[in-house]
Amino acid sequence: MSAAAADQPKGNGLTGLAPAIISAALFAWFLTFTPAIGAGESLRYVIDWVPSLGISLSFLLDGLSLTFALLITGIGTLVFLYSNTYLAGHPQFNRFALFLFSFMLAMLGLVLSDNLIGLFVFWELTTITSYLLIGFGHETTKGRRSALQALFVTGAGALALLAGFILLGMSMGSFEMSEILARADDLKAHALYVPILILILAGTFTKSAQFPFHFWLPNAMAAPTPVSAFLHSATMVKAGVYLMARLHPGMSGTDIWMWTLTIFGAVTAVSASIFALRQTDLKQALAYTTLMALGTLTLFLGQESGYAMTAFATFLIVHSLYKAALFLVVGCIDHSTGTREAEVLGGLGRVMPFTAFAAALAAMSMAGFPPFLGFIGKELKYAGALGVASEPLFVVIAVLAANSLMFAVAGVVALRPFWNKPGGEMPVTPHEAPWQMWIGPVILAVLGAFFGLFPDVLQTSLVTPLVASLLGGAEDVKELKLWAGVNMPLILSIITVVAGTVLYLAHRPLRNGLIRADEATPSFDNGWDKFLEGFKAFAAWQTRLIQSGVLRSYMFATFATVLVGLGGTMILRDVGIANPDLTDVTWKNLALTLLIIGGAIVATLTSSRIAAMAALGVVGIAVAMIFIVFSAPDVAITQLLVETLVVVLVAVALLRLPTLDSDGRKWRPVDAILAAGVGAVVTLILLAVLATPLDRRLTSFFELASWPEAYGRNIVNVILVDFRALDTFGEIAVVVIAALSAYALLRTTTKGQGK
Amino acid sequence: MNSVILRAGTRYLAGLLLIFSAYMLLRGHNEPGGGFIGGLIGSTGFVLFAVACGVEDARRALRVQPQNIAMVGLGIALLAGLFAALFGDALFTGQWLFIGATDTEKGLPISTVLAFDIGVYLVVFGSVLTLVFAMEEEI
Repeated sequence: MSAAAADQPKGNGLTGLAPAIISAALFAWFLTFTPAIGAGESLRYVIDWVPSLGISLSFLLDGLSLTFALLITGIGTLVFLYSNTYLAGHPQFNRFALFLFSFMLAMLGLVLSDNLIGLFVFWELTTITSYLLIGFGHETTKGRRSALQALFVTGAGALALLAGFILLGMSMGSFEMSEILARADDLKAHALYVPILILILAGTFTKSAQFPFHFWLPNAMAAPTPVSAFLHSATMVKAGVYLMARLHPGMSGTDIWMWTLTIFGAVTAVSASIFALRQTDLKQALAYTTLMALGTLTLFLGQESGYAMTAFATFLIVHSLYKAALFLVVGCIDHSTGTREAEVLGGLGRVMPFTAFAAALAAMSMAGFPPFLGFIGKELKYAGALGVASEPLFVVIAVLAANSLMFAVAGVVALRPFWNKPGGEMPVTPHEAPWQMWIGPVILAVLGAFFGLFPDVLQTSLVTPLVASLLGGAEDVKELKLWAGVNMPLILSIITVVAGTVLYLAHRPLRNGLIRADEATPSFDNGWDKFLEGFKAFAAWQTRLIQSGVLRSYMFATFATVLVGLGGTMILRDVGIANPDLTDVTWKNLALTLLIIGGAIVATLTSSRIAAMAALGVVGIAVAMIFIVFSAPDVAITQLLVETLVVVLVAVALLRLPTLDSDGRKWRPVDAILAAGVGAVVTLILLAVLATPLDRRLTSFFELASWPEAYGRNIVNVILVDFRALDTFGEIAVVVIAALSAYALLRTTTKGQGK
Repeated sequence: MNSVILRAGTRYLAGLLLIFSAYMLLRGHNEPGGGFIGGLIGSTGFVLFAVACGVEDARRALRVQPQNIAMVGLGIALLAGLFAALFGDALFTGQWLFIGATDTEKGLPISTVLAFDIGVYLVVFGSVLTLVFAMEEEI
């Protein structure tokens, strides 16, 4: 990292500070809403966007969205301040600030949107900005791969999500979530409930990195540390959790909802916390604990009890506080020592007192010691787990295992680097990070302690409104308190501390065992590579199959499609065919028809290119004469001119080619059958058209309107240049593009041949 | 192609074709004709010229690159369509001005529709020549 070399970074001027100031202002602005929201109100603000499709930019501020908005802007402020120093003097800092700030606005839009389509647009904007931020270090293969992987996984999920949203909006007759959720019973009873649920969960599980889509998140740590702290722990990965929470009032309560979220959440939480212990890179370890938190949040969203929801709300906030703090701490360590390896680091407590202070507070909140907010969160988790409707024992064991492992990881991340002996030589002599960098983690960590000591503040301002927006009322909200007496959750907490301590002390041998086990089992990350390779091989195979490069087979495929498509439709629809009335056929018509048939036969049978061309010209001119017979002079003139030019063009090209080889002229029965078939089908279609009465409404409109409205007597031309001028414009644009492409193509081949 | 007769005839024919194409363009609103047909006829003049005297001479006679003519035509057509915005009308609504109109006489009509048709003419003219010239040079 270039910043590590600079001892006293200077910051990046306006682009460095402006985002922090704006986010701080936004944070203050959202803070002014807390009294109103705390009193149980919710605010809605609507701008029509595409009214004809029922899409609007509608924003809803209630307990849930306000909590997220405050987390986004609050942590955002600290992260902007932090990155201004962390990336000081980075040549692409402006780009970074733009990406990160765009992300923050998109994320705000996501949590505030009340319209499904609006939410989806912001959802994808966070996907794209996240892609750009993970790929910020685009000069490394790893950075590019991780960014692309995150984009593919979350993007594929988002496609499912869009389908789910559209189904949801169509089946409920509205794209406004507040309207849909108000009719929860209709939704749950709807025939499409299960497909909608599956599609939406596919989107939220990929976004929030639930098993088996979890593998992209640890790789996303390729992003600069402030990005990991902001996007991949505190905000963006919680978008999926947010959406599940938002839809909770409307979709929860069914067996499929409960079991899906419980099982996927529990598997993610336990497997992630085991893998967290396996990591030696501090940032990777934190990434896996983030997965654990997301799994836990998902698990609790599967439930409906007041305890589970209060646990969800509290853990959501406490996790964002301590995890962002720890990520920033790891960034400080990286910045000051040049490494993030747990085995190398040690003894930083004396050199980096502020960072160590923040790390200690945050880690104790993470481990769940009293009097931190993490303790309250843990108690509530146990209370919620004991009260689940599905399988309390399973959930309690899952939560217990995850919490004990988290306890151990907290020790590895925040205890060892500061108070143990160094395990090796650190690349840079350790020094305290500049204040802009340690201030953020300190504030976040102190907040964790403050809310632990005064849970009432958090309860009234955020937790109660949040739970109320999940449950539809504040009656079932449980109280946040440090001492709830000797009860089951407390006993479980004590077990957690004991188990966690044991795990921490034994983490080295455990880690070695885990690494061996991990290497023995096939990993999802490698599976992803195999999947991509297979996909590319498949694409290459089907391209070779379809794009053979032989014009004749393209033509064959095209005409065969025409034959099957049109013929099939005619048979299936049982189209009526007119009995052609041959009484008014004049000798002129007959002669022209014979001319066309004769031209076609000569073009097919001749072995001279020039003769074939001339024969085709005869066909074209005969067609033009048909237009004259039926008095359409404009069309006839155009046809004649185009025929003339085509003959010139083809002559220029073909005269240089050798005569048609006899091989190409041999009898090909399949082609003959196809040609005859297409001819027959087209004839039948024309006869079918004749069978229906001619609709003259458009013709009579143009006849009447052409002169008074467009001052023209030539209807064809008036239509072209006035009534349907936009179509004509599109066509001439195509003409220009075609000419330029052909020109470019001819020029490149000429150069390619070295002429 | 080396033919004295064709070359001598082309001098007159090409000019006549150009004049005729302008005539077709202008009469198009009331009689058979219009920008598309006009453009095709006009380009035929230069195609004939290229066949008789060679592409190099034809390019020199045209003075500008045919692809530029096509692009300018597209621009004119677009401007003709955008012009309606000045009067608060929808895109491509025709705007008319009748010079010297009285109660009985229509006067001389000038319109964005004509400008649009001229754009179409130039696009067709330029595109066809771009193609033909490139093809002939390629061979």
